[in-house]
Amino acid sequence: MQETSRADEAHHEELGFWRKYIFSTDHKVIGMQYGITALLFMLFGFCLMLLMRWQIAHPGEAVPLIGRLLLKVHGPDMISAAAADKGGGMGVISSNLYNSYGAMHGTIMVFLAIVPLAFGAFGNFVTPLQIGAPDMAFPRVNMVSYQFYFLGGVIMLASFFIPGGAANSGWTSYSPLATVGDLAHRPNGQTFWIIGMVCLINSSLLGAVNFITTIIQLRVKGLNWFRLPFFVWAQFVTAFLLLLAFPPLEAAGVLQLADNLLGTSFFLPTGLVVSGTALHVSGGGSPLLWQHLFWFLGHPEVYVLILPAMGIVTEIIANNTRKPIWGYRSMVYSVLVIGFLSFIVWAHHMYLTGMGTRIATFFQTTTMMISIPSVIILTSLFISLWGASIRFTVPMLFALGFLPMFGIGGLTGLPLGFNVSDIFLHDTYYVIAHFHYIVAPGTIFGLFAGIYYWYPKITGRFMNEFWGRVHFGLSFIFMNAIFLPMFFQGMAGMSRRMYDGGLTYAAVPAGPATAGIPGLSPFVLGLNGPIFIAAVCLGLSQIPFIINFFHSIKHGRKVTSDNPWEATTLEWQTPTPPPHGNFEKPMEVFRGPYEYSVPGEARDFTTQNEPEQAQPLTHGNPVRS
Amino acid sequence: MEIPYAVKARPDTGLYNAKVGIWLFLASEVMLFGALFSSYILLRVNADPGTWPLHLLNVKLGALNTIVLILSSVTVVFGWASLKMNKFGSYKIFQGITILCALTFLGIKSFEYRDKFNHYEVQLKNNTIVDGHKDGGNKDTNFFAFESARTVTNHSELMSPPEESTLKEIKVPMSEIKDRADGKGKEIENYGPWHSSYFAIYFVLTGLHALHVIGGMIVIFVIWGPLAKVWKTDPERYTNRVEVSGLFWHFVDLIWIFLFPVLYLL
Repeated sequence: MQETSRADEAHHEELGFWRKYIFSTDHKVIGMQYGITALLFMLFGFCLMLLMRWQIAHPGEAVPLIGRLLLKVHGPDMISAAAADKGGGMGVISSNLYNSYGAMHGTIMVFLAIVPLAFGAFGNFVTPLQIGAPDMAFPRVNMVSYQFYFLGGVIMLASFFIPGGAANSGWTSYSPLATVGDLAHRPNGQTFWIIGMVCLINSSLLGAVNFITTIIQLRVKGLNWFRLPFFVWAQFVTAFLLLLAFPPLEAAGVLQLADNLLGTSFFLPTGLVVSGTALHVSGGGSPLLWQHLFWFLGHPEVYVLILPAMGIVTEIIANNTRKPIWGYRSMVYSVLVIGFLSFIVWAHHMYLTGMGTRIATFFQTTTMMISIPSVIILTSLFISLWGASIRFTVPMLFALGFLPMFGIGGLTGLPLGFNVSDIFLHDTYYVIAHFHYIVAPGTIFGLFAGIYYWYPKITGRFMNEFWGRVHFGLSFIFMNAIFLPMFFQGMAGMSRRMYDGGLTYAAVPAGPATAGIPGLSPFVLGLNGPIFIAAVCLGLSQIPFIINFFHSIKHGRKVTSDNPWEATTLEWQTPTPPPHGNFEKPMEVFRGPYEYSVPGEARDFTTQNEPEQAQPLTHGNPVRS
Repeated sequence: MEIPYAVKARPDTGLYNAKVGIWLFLASEVMLFGALFSSYILLRVNADPGTWPLHLLNVKLGALNTIVLILSSVTVVFGWASLKMNKFGSYKIFQGITILCALTFLGIKSFEYRDKFNHYEVQLKNNTIVDGHKDGGNKDTNFFAFESARTVTNHSELMSPPEESTLKEIKVPMSEIKDRADGKGKEIENYGPWHSSYFAIYFVLTGLHALHVIGGMIVIFVIWGPLAKVWKTDPERYTNRVEVSGLFWHFVDLIWIFLFPVLYLL
């Protein structure tokens, strides 16, 4: 019966290759487009980071293996043809190129890798399925949203090959540096950066409108708000953050583009002198204005990065503990509170700008407040583990890894939220360690968990269990080996922006003339070497994942049912893989999202579309008394 | 495959999909223009005394444009109401007027822009400033010719509009004009966005608004003209499209209603 209905549908909707995979309006195909593009960008951003770590660990030495290639790509302006002092080899990363890698690593990881993967890929694929919808509310807008993202990515990549190289004023692009940093080239890497960002912002805006409309309008019958899986809630709040926080950055981008190309002075103060000559601009602008507009996006963006991962982890924890999520309602309220508060914490990134202590006090208070709902969510997830007979599947391992890593990342953020301690820690490696703990072993582990979890729904096959465990174990070790030492480097005062890895500020050997001159100790600087090795090892540990990912499409263990994890939510009620239009019969929801191990039920999970029992059970035993 | 509630309203929300979508989109637009208005406030508050110009724009033209846009908002509503009353002919007329209003607005706006790009400030070596409209017909490269201009001794005198009677034709010899400090030409600058913070934010705000006018006009025109046949096959969907494009149009008008006092009157 099922077979015929599917064959029928295929007959009616036979689409060519281009319509089916490239210009598709199917939310699942768009989700996969987002996913694969974002994973490639993540790999690329990781490679940029490896080059930077090489430079930090071995300042002034030519990049091994690919030094000549870099020289070809970037030209002699950006990369030295010969090592300055350490002799031999071609392709030493110049300070400009290092800055450019830094700026692009941040930009690519945040805007082209994590957000598209967490929001674009998982949101697109899973959200309509979990709410029982046939597709997104606006399928064509969805396609355009991906195309804007792709275009933005192409522009960002193209900027590596233009004269002057890619943007090199940090991922935050602070003015006036971003405007006057490369006066020799117009348009320059920064111009490309802004135009690329405008494309990415438009993509996110269209996506956000689409997601919110879909969740409000296309929920299937009976799926009221408190029956939504937490993942959908997380995506809903994320979409609102993107919708309302991104436009100010778009405005800022337009203003900086005008500064860059038209010679306006929105962010250039009066009397600005660059390299000894007064800049011929009208002046009267405010560098602080850029920072306010940027961080008005920048801080909600942090929650855009983390909330979808929390959603994924919640689904996986409920499924693998075979218990309802502890405190589902308080988690929902927490995520809403996070959404609201995230709009009024942005200036905690700006304590050192001299904006004034009163303003700093306000933002310090709101920052402490927003840690409360985050802790509620994390605590609920921890308590959900209590007394469970946990299935240690690969997705569950990553979800369990997420919890302490996000915990470390979150707690180490508190000293940065306090005005007083931030003055010492600001712009040191401590900050790098803090937010990478949240995003790298935090969010990325959540995303890996999601990939392993929903892979069987997408392909009809499991990913290899053993290599998944290897991937998890090695990633967990090396992530910590990279980021844990950075806390110590940061607390020792090592600045995050030095391209020689802090060598300039190395402590001078003790002697009568140098007594009392502080500096970075050999121990602190010596950590750079092991961090680089750990980073290379982390890269190597992704090889099992990459092979597993592609190999399992054809050769993985086949699923035996449409619901291989025995989950309760609606996405598992579709055929595998779900056809265009998703559900074969009309869905209706009768219960909450996490009805696992309900006493008196035959199985230890009760799917959301299972009607309430009319008569008492006559067969089967309750799983738990 | 049919998307639910694409045309009919969902009972519990009372809205069809596109209406939810456009309201959300307008929310993001509020944030976009909100950020720009905030920038305007910050720039103005931070401006040094005597550097923020007042009433340099033509209030009459601005007021005329305000009336034109408000009129277009009225015709949009009448057009939509006509469709609801099943009068396709009067919809065509009303929405046609909307499009004409949009074109009129853009015409007046581009005239104002042109006026600013023809307006020059020239600094002389004797530390006086000649400020006024360039004589486009002048071909003599030894002179910078003004059609109507005034001479002032202080930059801050330029922050308010001149008495019409004080303006006269002035020809400034190029040799008397000050050289730029960075050695790239003379101190001649028109009133483009580079001229001052005020004109920078003026051009960005009105330029972005004009892009919205153009976008809205194109959408309304496409629904009005090439897509008119949808009315025959699916009148409810067609009316919804007119309603959604109308909501966007009202928003564009609303932005102008803020822009006019902020830029022309305050």
